Amino acid sequence: MPDERIIPPAQKKSFPLCLATKHLENPADINTYLSIGGYETIKKILNEKIAPADLLEQIKVSGLRGRGGAGFPTGLKWSFMPKGIKGDKYLVCNSDEGEPGTFKDRDIIRYNPHQIIEGMIIGAYIMDATVGFNYIHGEIWSEYLSFGEAIKQARKAGFLGKKILNSSFSFDLHAVHGYGAYICGEETALIESIEGKKGQPRFKPPFPATHGIYGKPTCVNNTETFASIPWIIKYGGQAFNELGVANAGGTKIFSVSGHVNNPGNHEVQLGIPFAELLNMAGGIWKGRKLKAVIPGGPSTALVPAHEIMQATMDYDGLSKIGSSLGAGSLIIMDDTTCMVSVLKRLSYFFYEESCGQCTPCREGTGWVYRIIKRIIEGNGRLDDLSLLKDVSNKISGRTICALGDAAAVPVLSFIKHFEVEFEYFIRNGKSMIETSND
Amino acid sequence: MTTLSKIITKKIDNELLKYPKDQKKSAVMAALQFVQAEEGWLSNDNIGEVAKYLDIPEIAVMEVATFYNMYDLKPIGKYKLSICTNVSCMLRGVDSLVSHVKNTLNIDFNQITHDGKFCLKESECMGNCDAAPMMVINNEKMHEKLTPEKFDSIIKELK
Repeated sequence: MPDERIIPPAQKKSFPLCLATKHLENPADINTYLSIGGYETIKKILNEKIAPADLLEQIKVSGLRGRGGAGFPTGLKWSFMPKGIKGDKYLVCNSDEGEPGTFKDRDIIRYNPHQIIEGMIIGAYIMDATVGFNYIHGEIWSEYLSFGEAIKQARKAGFLGKKILNSSFSFDLHAVHGYGAYICGEETALIESIEGKKGQPRFKPPFPATHGIYGKPTCVNNTETFASIPWIIKYGGQAFNELGVANAGGTKIFSVSGHVNNPGNHEVQLGIPFAELLNMAGGIWKGRKLKAVIPGGPSTALVPAHEIMQATMDYDGLSKIGSSLGAGSLIIMDDTTCMVSVLKRLSYFFYEESCGQCTPCREGTGWVYRIIKRIIEGNGRLDDLSLLKDVSNKISGRTICALGDAAAVPVLSFIKHFEVEFEYFIRNGKSMIETSND
Repeated sequence: MTTLSKIITKKIDNELLKYPKDQKKSAVMAALQFVQAEEGWLSNDNIGEVAKYLDIPEIAVMEVATFYNMYDLKPIGKYKLSICTNVSCMLRGVDSLVSHVKNTLNIDFNQITHDGKFCLKESECMGNCDAAPMMVINNEKMHEKLTPEKFDSIIKELK
């Protein structure tokens, strides 16, 4: 446990917490998890009949915030679940990663599935939930199957099912899959999907805590959030909190992709400098220079090199430079990247993935894509940039879910930081960047 | 009587165990996946059969089949090759890979080769971006860090 309350950014380091078994042989096997003290926490809780309220207090103290992107305090979210009512209550793990550049939950499922399961069991104990689902996106089929195997192992070992470890507590868990819809990462769309419907977000209120799956109380959390829980209960909320920085307790897995030498996941203490994380990923490839970074997935604002190089990777650190941590999905772009082309691809993504429910998003994302497409095709008009900003501002804040806001973010931030490139493309019908073909 | 195969109905029955007895609709995503894995794609008859088996309206099944983009409502040939072209893959050269694939197979996205063997699909992010560029075959088998040479050898092995 760290001695001092605040660890300076320069001393922040790699800290495998959710990915604790990744470096071991047969990492996903239950025996591997047991060998590092796995499932001991839930055993202790059930043996000593620790009060759920005391455990919830530790989650609150830990400063854990939702790792799926919204960053909502987990302890607070869990406290919204109603107590003392009869019937089923649901707990859902959101493994519907689909935001470009995000692949951290894949690794937790692949290497350390039992820590997710133990985190869900502890969560179910705290919130008195009876049934859980882990909703895994359809594109990683082998992880969906392997998580099903992990559930079977846990059930066989007596950690899931009726009267867990001969206590009075029962909870069962199932793996379910999506089949190609980014929007199902939105928690109410995910609930609709589990009910066997189109993944269209629900209007809130009522919130899932009172009206979730089949109208029953439901709590949805991200995979990394659940995987953090056993550690927090084992070592205490304060210890977890102190791994990070103010307003950002604990560790975070950063998915680094794009123009780096070694794309991959790095689980580190929150508050680590961006520059250190870039080093861990092997630096910019081909000896080139950094141009810009999308720090938390495309729904977080683009940051130019000189600003991100000074930033620390935590909620406040990125908010200070006008962006956010999101899901910790860093897309790194070198100096041969044409920003107009990247924005075209991102705008197509939001157009393709809009669920079509709210007019501003359904129509607006199509407008944005078509305008950028015509710029790329050499038919851009000088007032297209103000039109793009206008359409984006009219999507933002006018939709049921956050996909509308998310779609506007890249448009506004790309133009803000690289307006010159956009203007050049419109005037000359070609990119001012010599994109490398190698 | 259903025309769904026994293998499929058994799989659907297993899936139904995950949900309350009065919520059979929840199994629709999995049921469609089972049928598609066996048939290759989902015909209107397949949709009707799934609806009948789960005791829900046909339109409810159709809504799901049309909303989620890994379901195919048209024949896709023997092998569906889905290539992610989103930003992380784009930065790792997927565009030139896609040109190579299109030239090699002599088809564009959403087309099937003359021999009915391959269909090419453009996909959104598959959440596997450290392995860019990548391709999934028939929604299940992931091929990572693709190069034109690697693609050629994968195709050669597919009979």
